[in-house]
Amino acid sequence: MTEILWLVFDLTLLILLLALAWLTCATRDVMRAVTLFIAFGLLLAIVWARLNAPDLALAEAVIGAGISGALLLSSIKDYPSKQPDRKQSRVMEGMINVMTLALTGIMSWAAWHALEISDGVRLSEQVYAQVPASGVSNPVTAVLLNFRAYDTLLELAVVLVAVLTILTLNEKRPRAPEIPAALLQSMTRWMVPVLVIMAGYILWVGAHAPGGAFQAGAMLAAAMILQQLANTSMQRNINLLLVRILLVMGIFTFVLVGLWMMSLNDDFLAYEPAWSGSLILIIEAAATLSIATALTLAYMGGRPAGWENANKTRSSTAEDGEAL
Amino acid sequence: MIDALAIVSIFCGLFFFLSGSIGLLRLPDLFSRLHALAKADNVGLALITLGIILIEPDPVNDIKLVATWLLVMASSAISSHLIARHALRESRDND
Repeated sequence: MTEILWLVFDLTLLILLLALAWLTCATRDVMRAVTLFIAFGLLLAIVWARLNAPDLALAEAVIGAGISGALLLSSIKDYPSKQPDRKQSRVMEGMINVMTLALTGIMSWAAWHALEISDGVRLSEQVYAQVPASGVSNPVTAVLLNFRAYDTLLELAVVLVAVLTILTLNEKRPRAPEIPAALLQSMTRWMVPVLVIMAGYILWVGAHAPGGAFQAGAMLAAAMILQQLANTSMQRNINLLLVRILLVMGIFTFVLVGLWMMSLNDDFLAYEPAWSGSLILIIEAAATLSIATALTLAYMGGRPAGWENANKTRSSTAEDGEAL
Repeated sequence: MIDALAIVSIFCGLFFFLSGSIGLLRLPDLFSRLHALAKADNVGLALITLGIILIEPDPVNDIKLVATWLLVMASSAISSHLIARHALRESRDND
């Protein structure tokens, strides 16, 4: 009986996912498409939870539905509501359809082959055997920050490059002139500390339960975005030098730890086994701050005022209260 | 007995969610749709949370569930207020 119920549940999720994806691509109204995309992200988080991947579900909910939603919504603010009907040639449409179908077919065949036909040797047994030696007990954190730490380092570099591109292209998006509601400001007053504490908790608990640096960083960025939305009329000085330092602190700490371990153990990022847990925590803490700063700057849309003179003066109009 | 109560509670919560969604689709105006979302969905969430607490009582998880429910209620109330405020402003500007 429970088998059938789970099957019905899975089929419903699958159909809803496909329907949302189709509608997101097919609507003409940009606002509706963004809203559907946020709903799609949320449904995808449920799918990850159903597949027993709570870390991915957390990351998808916070980053995919939350931060991406905020970024998309703030970037379509000045778009016309309905996109003009662009004439696309039939040949191009046909080619895109054929290639998408071919890609879907190949990936489905690959997934079916991997699950049914192949001899079922997976890396997961070897990974689980090595997790106790990695310094943390959550296998996802062990893989991300110990076994494949180099990949995570490169991910942080990609985020940094993306934010540097945003900073190079634009000045900060001008704020709407209307006064925010008093209710929003009073909610922010208690919501931001709660979010900061939750971010710290998720960072800490990533060692032995679902969590980690990316989720915590995105939650911190959400707190900062909320603060931005609510404190429009307050002029606060942010120390732009501090923002620059926070932006690169993640990669800097990561590379520093890697080089230090190279001097001890002859291999970049080869952790000393006794220090693995502490090193992972230090790297994750620095990465959280960097990711939060990067996502907040991405939401702001560009350079805050006074960016070029950051080393000498403070920013004149700012709202990114990084009161850490 | 407790399980039966939990199942009844969850089904009532589902009914409230369903009626909230039907209200979202069928009500004529933005403001009445906000009523459906903010009120019906939150009552549904409260009943479902109650059902989950009844199924597996565990002090730490219960506190987390109740905290989740309170946060969802607060954020949905405030975002409904903001949406309504914005809509009212726009309709006032257009007149």
